[in-house]
Amino acid sequence: MAKADLSVTLAGVRLKNPIVPVSGTFGFGEEYGQFFDIERLGAFCAKGLTLRPRVGNPPPRIAETPMGMLNSVGLQNPGVDAFLEREWPRLQGLDLPVIANISGDTPAEYAAMCEKLSGAGVDMIEVNVSCPNVKAGGLAYGTKPELAAEVTKEAKDHAGGTPVMVKLSPNVTDITEIAKAVEGAGADAVSLINTLRGMRIDLNTRRPILKRNTGGMSGPAVLPVALRMVWEVHNAVKLPILGMGGVTNAETAVEMLLAGATAVGMGSALFADPMAAVKTVDGLADWCAAHGTTPKELTGGVLPWA
Amino acid sequence: MPIQHLCTIVDKTPLGADTYWMQLECGDMVEQTFQAPGQFIHIACPPHFLRRPISVATCQSDTPDDGVSIVFQVRGEGTRWLAERSEGETLDVLGLLGNGFAMDPVGRYLLAGGGIGVPPLYGCAQYAGGRAVAVLGFRSQAQVIMPQLFADACENVFLCTDDGSLGFHGFVHQKVEEILCKDRDFTAVLACGPKLMLRGVAEVAAKYGLPCQVSMEERMACGVGACLGCAIPMADGTMKHVCKDGPVFDASEVDWNG
Repeated sequence: MAKADLSVTLAGVRLKNPIVPVSGTFGFGEEYGQFFDIERLGAFCAKGLTLRPRVGNPPPRIAETPMGMLNSVGLQNPGVDAFLEREWPRLQGLDLPVIANISGDTPAEYAAMCEKLSGAGVDMIEVNVSCPNVKAGGLAYGTKPELAAEVTKEAKDHAGGTPVMVKLSPNVTDITEIAKAVEGAGADAVSLINTLRGMRIDLNTRRPILKRNTGGMSGPAVLPVALRMVWEVHNAVKLPILGMGGVTNAETAVEMLLAGATAVGMGSALFADPMAAVKTVDGLADWCAAHGTTPKELTGGVLPWA
Repeated sequence: MPIQHLCTIVDKTPLGADTYWMQLECGDMVEQTFQAPGQFIHIACPPHFLRRPISVATCQSDTPDDGVSIVFQVRGEGTRWLAERSEGETLDVLGLLGNGFAMDPVGRYLLAGGGIGVPPLYGCAQYAGGRAVAVLGFRSQAQVIMPQLFADACENVFLCTDDGSLGFHGFVHQKVEEILCKDRDFTAVLACGPKLMLRGVAEVAAKYGLPCQVSMEERMACGVGACLGCAIPMADGTMKHVCKDGPVFDASEVDWNG
């Protein structure tokens, strides 16, 4: 069986394969490096950064759900400067594109972070306008097309030549409106879906399990929602898509590609199995070889009923 | 550096109505990853999505397989699933995770445990070579676990029950204070149990000028420090993470009001 070419190009960045651990599930790349060689991945999205350090939300931050989980981490991070000083020197040397993820309270904060990160030479900047777990900025920018466009333009204007990918929220009536708005504002790619807002309640205490009452849902349970939204966005815009939400293995990664994704994010699947992402790379290679195809060819290949 | 291993269950023994002792064959996990008593393993409980973190009660490097023993209480779906496993079945385990109690092998320790927080202190008693006094608290006599194991591994064991049905009628920190009134010759107090108990023990230890380490619990996802889920607030306003920075913390760095 011939070895399939798994490489893809996302917003001008070449990835060895389409599998990309997503922001907030992979730290700054160090922890899972204990289990496998992270250079085997296509790329990875680093933990979300803000201009200043953030302590994040009070615990509990995690709740299990049927075939998934809720999180309410709240963008805990050391700040963009600490990232560039402490983490970037190690990451820069890897044969692995690094996608920095940023959240701001104002367009000016996004601009400032883009300047610092593009100046340092990160491979791509993922603009988060969809975090459900913080009060300011975050989700507010991602639910109104004109605000999403404003942040995108500000990021593009200050990112130099570094590609800008905008991470979209599923917590909207029509995700294609936001996708079109950021495409119009110059985004180079979109990533979707961020987590779906959810809640669980402790029967004994009658308290929500999460200290902030609600959080973002991820895991296998959200796969169908993610596929539907990736498919809708793929049909609405020309931008390449990093598709994520509920992917756990090669088969679900192929579904995500068929729905319209150029690359495929994996997140909470790694919590269940730290080897899930590399197993998916291997499984995808086998699947493509067995079916005489490539990830590039699969993108958008779903054959919808008329 | 933690490893993932398919571990065989070689012993499952009920220790009470809803508490089990389980011994696992773990390849070379102990040899590769043991740091100190009080580390934990992260067990997949399919089809439940998240792994369950369970403290190691005792472990030993052995041939052909290292042994890890855990004691767990059925508290929810995951631990119920675990309780339904049989000897001979395998478990997908990450381990050994976390830091464990920082112990001096020639030190003498006062161990303070509450409920299902008692088991990891057994490993501490063994590590201390018997130079340990244990104060073990339970709701009532029916919940008491591992009394003989501790008796064999410690200089002295004091059992406490909230309802007075066995041993000292009162809380663990009260008994700890009674002991420290007469005998302060301990390297440190090591505690594991509910947060309120830990706080009480930490206060008593501080009052008598003894270092105190506490093993903390929080809802956890990745288990390796990547997701920042299992955060606990520190006294200096920062967050630390039970899985990677802990589960054992110096009592003085914890924000007990957080």
